[in-house]
Amino acid sequence: MFWLRQTFAVLVLNIRTIPSRLSSSAVAIVGIAGVVVVFVSVLSIASGFSAAMQGSGSRGRALVMRSGADSEMTSGLSGAEVDIIRQAPGLARDGQSGVVSAELYVIVDLAKKSAPTFSANVPLRGIEPLGMALRPEVSIVAGRMFQFGTNEVIAGRGASGQFVNLNVGDTIASGQNRWQVVGVFEADGAVSETEVWCDARTLQGAYRRGNTYQSLLVSLETPDTFDTFRDWLTTNPQLNVSIRRENEYYAGQSQTLTRLIQTVGFAIAGLMGIGAVFGAILTMYTAVSTRAREIATLRALGFDTSSVIVSVLAESMVLGAIGGVLGGAAAYFGFNGYETSTINFQTFSQVAFAFRVTPNLLGLGLFYALTMGLVGGLLPALRAARLPIPSALREL
Amino acid sequence: MKFLPLIWKNIWRRKLRTTFTLLSIFIAFLLFGILMTIHNSFALGVEIAGLDRLVLINKVSLIMPLPYAYQARLQSVPGVDLVTHSSWFNGIYQDPANFFANIAVDPEPYLKVYPEFRVPPDQVKAWFEDRQGALVGVDLAKRFGWKAGDRVPLQGTIYRPKSGDVWEFNISGIYDAPDGVDKTQFFFHYDYLDENSTVANGNVGWYIVKIADGSRAVEMSRAFDAMFENSSAETKTTTEKGFVESFAKQIGDIGAIMIAVSTVVLLMFGLVAASTMAQSVRERTSELAVLKTLGFTGPAILALVLAESLFIVCLGGGLGLGLAWLLVQRGDPTGGLLSVFVLPAGDVWLGAGLMVAMGTLAGLMPAVSAMQLKITDALRRN
Repeated sequence: MFWLRQTFAVLVLNIRTIPSRLSSSAVAIVGIAGVVVVFVSVLSIASGFSAAMQGSGSRGRALVMRSGADSEMTSGLSGAEVDIIRQAPGLARDGQSGVVSAELYVIVDLAKKSAPTFSANVPLRGIEPLGMALRPEVSIVAGRMFQFGTNEVIAGRGASGQFVNLNVGDTIASGQNRWQVVGVFEADGAVSETEVWCDARTLQGAYRRGNTYQSLLVSLETPDTFDTFRDWLTTNPQLNVSIRRENEYYAGQSQTLTRLIQTVGFAIAGLMGIGAVFGAILTMYTAVSTRAREIATLRALGFDTSSVIVSVLAESMVLGAIGGVLGGAAAYFGFNGYETSTINFQTFSQVAFAFRVTPNLLGLGLFYALTMGLVGGLLPALRAARLPIPSALREL
Repeated sequence: MKFLPLIWKNIWRRKLRTTFTLLSIFIAFLLFGILMTIHNSFALGVEIAGLDRLVLINKVSLIMPLPYAYQARLQSVPGVDLVTHSSWFNGIYQDPANFFANIAVDPEPYLKVYPEFRVPPDQVKAWFEDRQGALVGVDLAKRFGWKAGDRVPLQGTIYRPKSGDVWEFNISGIYDAPDGVDKTQFFFHYDYLDENSTVANGNVGWYIVKIADGSRAVEMSRAFDAMFENSSAETKTTTEKGFVESFAKQIGDIGAIMIAVSTVVLLMFGLVAASTMAQSVRERTSELAVLKTLGFTGPAILALVLAESLFIVCLGGGLGLGLAWLLVQRGDPTGGLLSVFVLPAGDVWLGAGLMVAMGTLAGLMPAVSAMQLKITDALRRN
């Protein structure tokens, strides 16, 4: 109890003198804050991207592609195969016919608003009439739904925000095709918000695909009939397809980029952290040396060495905490919700997403800041404890 | 020159402080080097892409093929040196995570259009003769431990073979290339693909045209696009540089983010250096006053302090950037995610410039205040 009071007294003394050592304390605070900003903001890219991908797709839907295809982009299914799959058991049914949408997934070149002279690969998806009913999360927020059998398209909100010429009333010219944008849709922030949708039949003609599709999205009777559905398809000798739950398909697609960003983020933050620790060490050495006389006096008065050590460590951690909070706040206000788009290498096409500074990341950042403060305080604390009392008292 | 020992003594006046300042500057420039390398790798080596090579893709989008028949028509245009084509195969080696570019090409003209690929002559011959032969980049070969003669299966995603499930290749040769060229690619015979695929049908992915005069790139591009206008496959022609650049642009803001992070890092550590210098000058106020009393002029004092801060920043920064360079020489640590992994010379010079700027800025304030020091005030202060 006595020891605690001693430590606390020294700590209060230390902290109250921080303002008089503002410039040297600022080195530690700014250093640590800088690390936290970079750490949190880089990881918020990864978390935003993987949230967009993982929030896409439902467990109750399954995606059928040609076996061996790693994405809708590389898959191909003939009209005959599609007709067989429509008969499979385990599907939700609307009267006689299964609730399925045979789809095409191609690319249309559009300019990015951020780099208008370059074209970007924007996914263009052809859907069947049931494609909308299959995806209850999709709703039209501007204009109207396109009419099947025409050259009309609707654009996802993300696509409309990131690329030029995707507002209601615009016309997209692509080769000899002309597409009229008649609506904008939302899909709870899913990847499909970066897509442009049109009639699959129209798209077959425009991209010379004959009577072929690339994927088939089906609504399962219940999420548990997945196995029934899959087994029926994989044992059918007329078919050579792979079946995945829709949510698992999208989760798998986010892995490469998420891993890359996380590797880079951790490596940079790790190195910067070392630098910030050096900054903190400098600060705390200055703090200890400018107060060498005070510390020596305290110890001459009988204050315990360990309370001096703990108080220096605590001061350093307080600086770390201030840096962590400042850095976290800067990352949150600077980057949370920042909208951008990048290419998803698996589908070769653009994905729009927003940076997400989650409470988890902020907590991680603060923890990292405290660790840096603690490590930075260690050596100076020992120095304070070892200070020879007589010479420190004599020092001017 | 005769003041060097004085500067040296001043620098090591407080060993610990100088050491930690040096270390933080070291880290700052190590990071700078690494971030610039990442930035460059996301730019996909735009700097070195050829200007005398034009790329023709389908106007609708890159994924749409072009007819094989275009080759002869392109070759007949005056001013065209050589035409060749590539097709994206998108095969998977063992696991989708092992991603690398695998491309079907016409070997002989391809190597003529890309003279920067260096391959031993006997391996070139072996590749030309073996229909299942493949030419792989040295970085890719290192990644999977491949050597000439190895048999490598790729699973086709777009193209399926007529028999079996996988495409078999023999590694015929390994190419090396100057820094900045992607050394993780896998090239194989287009004929092998075309003859054994269930879907290939006389189409290719894109054409690469080497033109005789690079300065005519724009007008030649227009001429090519006009040739195929109103056909079933219209084309879009750009220089290879423009092609690579537009692809790099699609990755988006990552490059800009790397630059932003570098700026934060340098500002942060610049502040550390500046604060250290300020503190060290403040501590020496009376010494500086004595120097002035001895007849040192204001500018001489300014130079002394600036030299000190420049020395610390340039030593720490030089070592940091040097280490970054050495690390980059060892190659991409992510196992092939970054296909071009080089620290460009331009960025090394930029780093050197930044060191000088940082050293000057960090020392400037304390140096000026030291220069303006009034002897009497300074001596009285203690």
